[in-house]
Amino acid sequence: MSAPLVSIRHLGKAFAGVQALQDVHFELLPGEVHALMGENGAGKSTLMKILAGIYAKDGGELVLDGRAVEVTSPRAAQALGIGIVHQELNLMNHLSAAQNIFIGREPLKRLGGFGLLVDEDTLNAQAAAIFARLNLQLDPRTPVGELTVAKQQLVEIAKALSFDSRVLIMDEPTAALNNAEVADLFRIIRQLKEHGVGVVYISHKMDELKQIADRVTVMRDGRTIATAPMASTSVEQIIAMMVGRSLADVAREPLPAHPGEVVLEVRGLQRGHAIRDVGFTLRRGEILGFAGLMGAGRTEVARAVFGADPLEAGEIRVRGEVVTIRAPQDAVRHGIGYLSEDRKHFGLATGLDVATNIALASMKRFMRSLRWAGVIDDGAIAREAQQYVGRLAIKTPSLTQPVRLLSGGNQQKIVIAKWLLRNCDILFFDEPTRGIDVGAKAEIYKLLNALAADGKAIVVISSELPEVLRLAHRVLVMCEGRITGELSGAEATQESIMQLATRREGAALH
Amino acid sequence: MHKLLFQPQTRQKLLAFGSLLALMVFFSLASPNFMQADNLVAILQATAVNGVLAIACTFVIITGGIDLSVGTLMTFCAVMAGVVLTYWGLPIWWGVLAAILFGALCGFVSGVLIAKLKIPPFIATLGMMMLLKGLALVISGTKPIYFNDTPEFPYISQESLIGELMPALPIPNAVLILFIVAIVSSLILNKTLLGRYTFALGSNEEAVRLSGVNVDFWKIVVYSVSGGICGIAGLLIASRLNSAQPALGQGYELDAIAAVVIGGTSLSGGTGTILGTIIGAFIMSVLTNGLRIMSVAQEWQTVITGVIIILAVYTDILRRRAQR
Repeated sequence: MSAPLVSIRHLGKAFAGVQALQDVHFELLPGEVHALMGENGAGKSTLMKILAGIYAKDGGELVLDGRAVEVTSPRAAQALGIGIVHQELNLMNHLSAAQNIFIGREPLKRLGGFGLLVDEDTLNAQAAAIFARLNLQLDPRTPVGELTVAKQQLVEIAKALSFDSRVLIMDEPTAALNNAEVADLFRIIRQLKEHGVGVVYISHKMDELKQIADRVTVMRDGRTIATAPMASTSVEQIIAMMVGRSLADVAREPLPAHPGEVVLEVRGLQRGHAIRDVGFTLRRGEILGFAGLMGAGRTEVARAVFGADPLEAGEIRVRGEVVTIRAPQDAVRHGIGYLSEDRKHFGLATGLDVATNIALASMKRFMRSLRWAGVIDDGAIAREAQQYVGRLAIKTPSLTQPVRLLSGGNQQKIVIAKWLLRNCDILFFDEPTRGIDVGAKAEIYKLLNALAADGKAIVVISSELPEVLRLAHRVLVMCEGRITGELSGAEATQESIMQLATRREGAALH
Repeated sequence: MHKLLFQPQTRQKLLAFGSLLALMVFFSLASPNFMQADNLVAILQATAVNGVLAIACTFVIITGGIDLSVGTLMTFCAVMAGVVLTYWGLPIWWGVLAAILFGALCGFVSGVLIAKLKIPPFIATLGMMMLLKGLALVISGTKPIYFNDTPEFPYISQESLIGELMPALPIPNAVLILFIVAIVSSLILNKTLLGRYTFALGSNEEAVRLSGVNVDFWKIVVYSVSGGICGIAGLLIASRLNSAQPALGQGYELDAIAAVVIGGTSLSGGTGTILGTIIGAFIMSVLTNGLRIMSVAQEWQTVITGVIIILAVYTDILRRRAQR
């Protein structure tokens, strides 16, 4: 066994008092593909961002080629031969592939003693050389925006390699690739292995890892749990390590003895690769959980039912009647409300006050006097808003407080109040407790249970499995735009959900 | 009272109002002619057109948009009033109605371009600006249209209803109209559904859309209202000149936007007040008038106005930073 390329020992990192990484150990050998696995939020990306110089570590040791190093910036990481391909593409669409690869270190031509002009010929030649090494058919002068997502991904990889990287970090590189493109990527990775490059490969896709990875390290709750050879470790063992925590604290409200009638029925929902033939039903008084990994298509389904994004095909029935939903206003008219995973961008007008935000979906109801002129009765808004502030225990100094000054939990309650005031009884909660502290989380859970008991029909989309298990009477699991399984509350466990959430279409487990 | 004075909202208005007062004190010390009744009336009169245009802009800017067409739209409306009154010889009320309706119609078109065709407001209204400038010239045959057949037309702007009731206060009608437009607009912004959505659109358009509000419709309404107000400005300027001058108009939009910005309305949308805009418009006209009285050369007046706009926006940025 050769000496490790990278060893990370006792690494720690905290964000604003929250311990994201704790006593992390990790080792990468030359010519190895090392899979890094864990649930969303386990700390994989944070760990790799520290290795790539994007975050600074708080404590611990980072050893490269047997030498302790400090990676203080992305530039320093590049100089040390560490390249990273991020989960999201970071390309400038209007620049060419070559310009993207060499951004910030363009070869210059001298003009009157000053290095002022970019030497485009050298730039393109150097990029072409990297493409040749990757066996990639691509004109370096092509604007990146005109390439397919797969090719863009490969440009990112070329960029990471252009630093003569010996360590290459890939964060979910196949998220946007089809099977043929994945095969291409694997061929390139195998080439890199032969050149002694160490590859850290973050992915949720078990079948892919079985094909490409030599070893696997599993992370959970900011710690590294174990490192094992991929070939001798079963998928079940990996899932057990990923999930790991005790389920003792999970307590679900029992479904009422007589579940209500079906209020929402969705059939054959379709949009590109994001939503593929999705169908489900939702009953009064029920909390339906949508589980899956990031990008599985859960948010897309909710937004499509709500009319926020267009659909290619599909039928939506509300209380038995087929409805046409082209825009959010149609959905709202049928009593469907959607609480976005991103409150600040999609849920709240953060500059406006509490009362206005609560009334935002129901303004028309408050045109009382001088209806023709559209005069709004502020007193009535204040009275109604005050009721919800009391009912949902929203902590705010006053109704005129701008909502951006409130905590995440209280902001979320304001969005809930908005839909309750609008009399919406079919509610989609997309990551209802994201960015909310633990105490407020429990309050939101109680509120959701109370709403269901009150006869609302609720869909909860969550990437936190304990949250789904705790709340949902029934769980639908999605993977790659499809519903891969339905579990009753009793059947649903972290293991059973993870099995379904990683079940790819047309890819056999090795 | 103490509490009210130190609210950040109030403080901003006090700051703008304070600057206006400081300017007036400065000019009255610098020149004895400044505080003369005639000159003050002249300042009021000069503020009326820019003030009304700035109010029109305030609506659009609060939604996070911009309207570059208000200047030439004003001229187009004046020309349309001329067509109705002088070419067709209809009674004065038809002219008033035509100006406002054509303004609203053009605003409606801008609104549709922006909301439905998703053309960025800057480009859509830039196009409208040129289009309307051209149309005004085409319709008028590039010559001024005089309102000789409608002798009461100049009264809209120049007579003084208030002066008739209170001879000590010869405030021209144009100023009265400015204040009426300001009060009604302020009520619309603060008391009506339209106003609420105007602020909400500027604060977070996507959140408003996802609240089930028909965002496109309300955006079109905002641009239409703004256009209607430009029609009123068109009446004011035509009445003051007793003619529709088709070559006039371009450049007014920038003065109007400057007044809005000096008044503390943020170009990124979501905040703003009519009172601030009015104060901004007065700061602009007091500055122009005062510098002229002090015999500062025209070209330096422009330089100083530019500096004042930059300073005003910078103080606003400082204030916002302090709030955080």
